[in-house]
Amino acid sequence: MLEQVNKAVWQTSPIMDPKAPTVLELCDIRLIRDEQHLVNIPNLTIRQGAPTLIMGPNGAGKSLLLRLMHGLISPTQGRVDFDTDVQQAMVFQRPVLLRRSVAGNIDFVLKAHRIPRAVRKDRVNALLRMADLIPKARQSARTLSGGEQQRLALVRALALKPKILFLDEPTASLDPSATHAIEALIRQANDAGTKIIMVTHDPGQASRLGGEIVFLHKGQVLEQTGVSDFLTEPKSTAAKHYLAGGLLF
Amino acid sequence: MQDFASSLHSSFGMILSGDAQLWAIVLLSLRVSLTAVMIASVIGLPLGAFLAVSRFRGRQILVVMINALMGLPPVVVGLLVYLMLSNSGPLGVLQLLYTPTAMIIAQVVLITPIIAALSRQIIQVLDAEYDEQLRSIGLSRLGSIPVLLWDGRYNLLTAVLAGFGRAIAEVGAVIIVGGNINHVTRVMTTSIALETSKGNLELALALGVILLLLALIVNAAVSFIGQGARQTAYA
Repeated sequence: MLEQVNKAVWQTSPIMDPKAPTVLELCDIRLIRDEQHLVNIPNLTIRQGAPTLIMGPNGAGKSLLLRLMHGLISPTQGRVDFDTDVQQAMVFQRPVLLRRSVAGNIDFVLKAHRIPRAVRKDRVNALLRMADLIPKARQSARTLSGGEQQRLALVRALALKPKILFLDEPTASLDPSATHAIEALIRQANDAGTKIIMVTHDPGQASRLGGEIVFLHKGQVLEQTGVSDFLTEPKSTAAKHYLAGGLLF
Repeated sequence: MQDFASSLHSSFGMILSGDAQLWAIVLLSLRVSLTAVMIASVIGLPLGAFLAVSRFRGRQILVVMINALMGLPPVVVGLLVYLMLSNSGPLGVLQLLYTPTAMIIAQVVLITPIIAALSRQIIQVLDAEYDEQLRSIGLSRLGSIPVLLWDGRYNLLTAVLAGFGRAIAEVGAVIIVGGNINHVTRVMTTSIALETSKGNLELALALGVILLLLALIVNAAVSFIGQGARQTAYA
């Protein structure tokens, strides 16, 4: 699978089509803890199409924003609009694998959604093949390497064919080859029509995956623009500093 | 000293020769305590998991209360169960006093808080790790309880073992509600107390040795299972 990844052509995706259907809309979202505005977004529209990559310095509120969008935390004020019939899934920075076999981890998600046994078996095998984990199907998921664990977490998130997939720095602790394997899976999901909304710190990864950048600073969206525009000509001073590796306060 | 040595020698003789009276007492003890552990686990494990994952008013008070109940004095439990089951008590009509069932009830009351409190701690740690992932999959807080119980099974075994340890070694509650009736409600601990007071050290020592061996075997088994689970990263 890694050979396939290396051969893959990582084209920069076009800037979001303003007419593309909205998958998610944040309206007047505020998240306040101990009188601090951790997230403050008057309006943010995420559209169908190429990946949406959330960038910003540590503490900007990227992970909180992702959790707000996915509904894991409730905003102090405002609302997140999305089609409730649409299946969502999330992959965390550190993969949370259940104390079960590799195959058992995927099967669990399908079982929780009452997918019939016959369908489950085929789907588990297809996803294991996708993650290149067929030979390790029966072993405990927690004995896998870091890269394998994240691949498993990713295909497990894809088990229910989500329309939106949230990823919180899924390659933060992985080496380049494991990172490429994860990016290949993300690309595959994106090509299959899943909307990717992902937090990343890596400009290289952003340019490989393409799509749009939502630049977050101190809980506020400072830019929402195409990846290449953002990387070559960031508009806000904070983004310029961020990309230049400067310290932001 | 010589007396002790000869008593110990005879007690081993009793164990190895398969003394009928001795083994009847051992088997009754196991029947009572294992049944109590099973019932207490059925109540205590889900209760502990519920307290770990749920958020409601008064939860903290309930947690403190269950933690406090871990230290329930067995004689007080015995007295309360006695009052419930005695002829004038609310459950007197069931005629359970001085039966093994009464002893099981007393042990269940005694060890359910232990199993619930320990499993609450174990599940709370696991829940901190699993919570977001399970909610992301679409499970509710209560819906995650079976998953947490299953995935925490090896650690929960320790909670169950602690309950068993307390039940099998307990004397105060069972002697009050069981009455220590020969061939009916005489278990290892009550027999040791009785036989020692009578000066029959052989039987008391033989039962003591078996009680110690039981504790050793159960602990070894749990540690063996736990070690195997950790090696395969299931714990």
